[in-house]
Amino acid sequence: MTAAVASPSLVKRHRPAWRRGLSLVGLGIVALWVLVAITLPWWSPHTPLEVVGDRLAGPSGAHLMGTDALGRDVFIRTLWGARTSLPISAVVIVFSVVLGSLVGAVAGFFGGWVDAVLMRFVDLTMAFPPVLLAMAITASLGPGIRNALIAMVLVWWPIYARLLRAQVIAVRQRDFVESATAIGVPRWLILRRYILPMSYTPVLVNATMDLGQVVLLTASLSFIGLGARPPSPEWGAMITEGATNFYQWWIAAAPGIAIVTVVVACNFVGDALRDSLDVKDSAR
Amino acid sequence: MPLLLAGIATLVFIVSRLTPADPLVSIVGERNLTNPEVVAAAKARWGLDKSVVSQYFTYMKNLLHGDMGTSFSTRRPVLSDLWDRLPATLELTFAAMAIGLVFGVGLGVLAARHRNGWIDHIARFFALLGSSLPAFWAGLLALYVFYAQLGILPGPGRLDPRASEPGKITGFFTIDSLLHGDMSTFWSALKHLILPACVLGWGVVGIVSRLVRASLLDEFSMEYVRVGRAMGLRERTVVNTHALRNALLPTITIVAFAFAFLITGAVLTEIVFSWPGVGSYAVDASRKLDFPAVIGVTILGGVAFLITNLITDILYASADPRIRLA
Repeated sequence: MTAAVASPSLVKRHRPAWRRGLSLVGLGIVALWVLVAITLPWWSPHTPLEVVGDRLAGPSGAHLMGTDALGRDVFIRTLWGARTSLPISAVVIVFSVVLGSLVGAVAGFFGGWVDAVLMRFVDLTMAFPPVLLAMAITASLGPGIRNALIAMVLVWWPIYARLLRAQVIAVRQRDFVESATAIGVPRWLILRRYILPMSYTPVLVNATMDLGQVVLLTASLSFIGLGARPPSPEWGAMITEGATNFYQWWIAAAPGIAIVTVVVACNFVGDALRDSLDVKDSAR
Repeated sequence: MPLLLAGIATLVFIVSRLTPADPLVSIVGERNLTNPEVVAAAKARWGLDKSVVSQYFTYMKNLLHGDMGTSFSTRRPVLSDLWDRLPATLELTFAAMAIGLVFGVGLGVLAARHRNGWIDHIARFFALLGSSLPAFWAGLLALYVFYAQLGILPGPGRLDPRASEPGKITGFFTIDSLLHGDMSTFWSALKHLILPACVLGWGVVGIVSRLVRASLLDEFSMEYVRVGRAMGLRERTVVNTHALRNALLPTITIVAFAFAFLITGAVLTEIVFSWPGVGSYAVDASRKLDFPAVIGVTILGGVAFLITNLITDILYASADPRIRLA
């Protein structure tokens, strides 16, 4: 759907070499994490719940990031954490983008009272600090990873609704839409064929960057105790265990570094995507 | 705006009734759940025997009278719980905001003056880290390094265990102890404030410095800057007294956004630093399924958001005469 706006001539315009390097690094890190998450079961020496050695042992050759309070390998658990965080983040983003796009497209295209009602609802949801609202929703649904996921979608979709609506309104006023209307193309077809492909880029760029932010939010909810529960190797939950064993820094350090690499990498990739799709020009 | 407020309250109410988890468990405890008399009494006492619609109207009516209900777990009115804990959170957020603005503007100016130089790159990376680090993790790390290892800053809490709270005037320990002339308490409060405020302020530094850099670069391309340089003014004068004043205007708008970031961060930072503020209250409440408290905090968050947006708009209009419409 982005092919319509990303003409090759726009790619790599005034981008210094080091920024291209950064986006490659970002892409590399994301690819590596995805690869680890998918292939881990085949080569992981231990399962994340397996007790492999002494309790609270510091980093060593055998256990790169030491062991935790139950004698489980922190490094291996951190790698397994990717199998929780990454899919959750992807699912949250996909659902939010679909829901947000639907609402945003309908609101922007039809305007009038439909727009007014939908956008007031968006305003309302965005009137809360995301973490607080996600906390409240998760708490009412009951703690757990599935409910945290639902809560995050409910908190996240309005951003995309707003983004897409603005784009749709901008594109709707262009001549080719008017001509399509004039020759009698059905409205839903105009929306799908003519407007949406021209409006999608900002949503795509934001969604890429948000992947990292959702990883962060998932970890935050788990850290509070509303997301994944302790035995499971989720990064936020692991940091909670690290907090209780405060003087064994490695327990919290490993999952924290994992989160930071993912968030930073998603940022690099999002930046690169924005530059190469040239978001500013796509709407006009 | 009143409509938005009512909307906020309604949305939170709906959210809180999504629950499959039974709040009765947290009120009477699991053991008493089998005792029908206790359950019936608790239901009647907390109004849970009425229909959802009538609960909603009671709740809205009470809210209009400034009554947010009674917390299931502390058994006190939610409003007075919040009132007690708000100063701690405000002290933390204001300190973090101050750190964020001062260092953010400084870093932004440096980055703009040395555009694409190594300072610029470092500033950019520092800013990115600030928004990518989980606040709770950064807090733990900071505690480990500065408290456990180096021992130069105190651990969690607002005061040393030995120190007693200063008499409440504003609720800000630093200000109250100064007003009482109690220097040792003041230093204790200040030292306890440094780490959490820095951790929390880091993200704001990132947001502010990127914005200041961008708008300062815009100003640099304006003619008045070229005139100033051509007249032989020192670079410092050109930047600090002329360009920066204009470049800071957009920063006002970002303050509201930064505030949202701070509230989010405060919730997580407060837990790590055992900071007795609204954030840790919210976390406690949501762990215990204490719905009146959760509702109260969420409404407070929404209202705080609304107010900052309003203040930002007013500030912006008074700082930039071009905005004034009427």
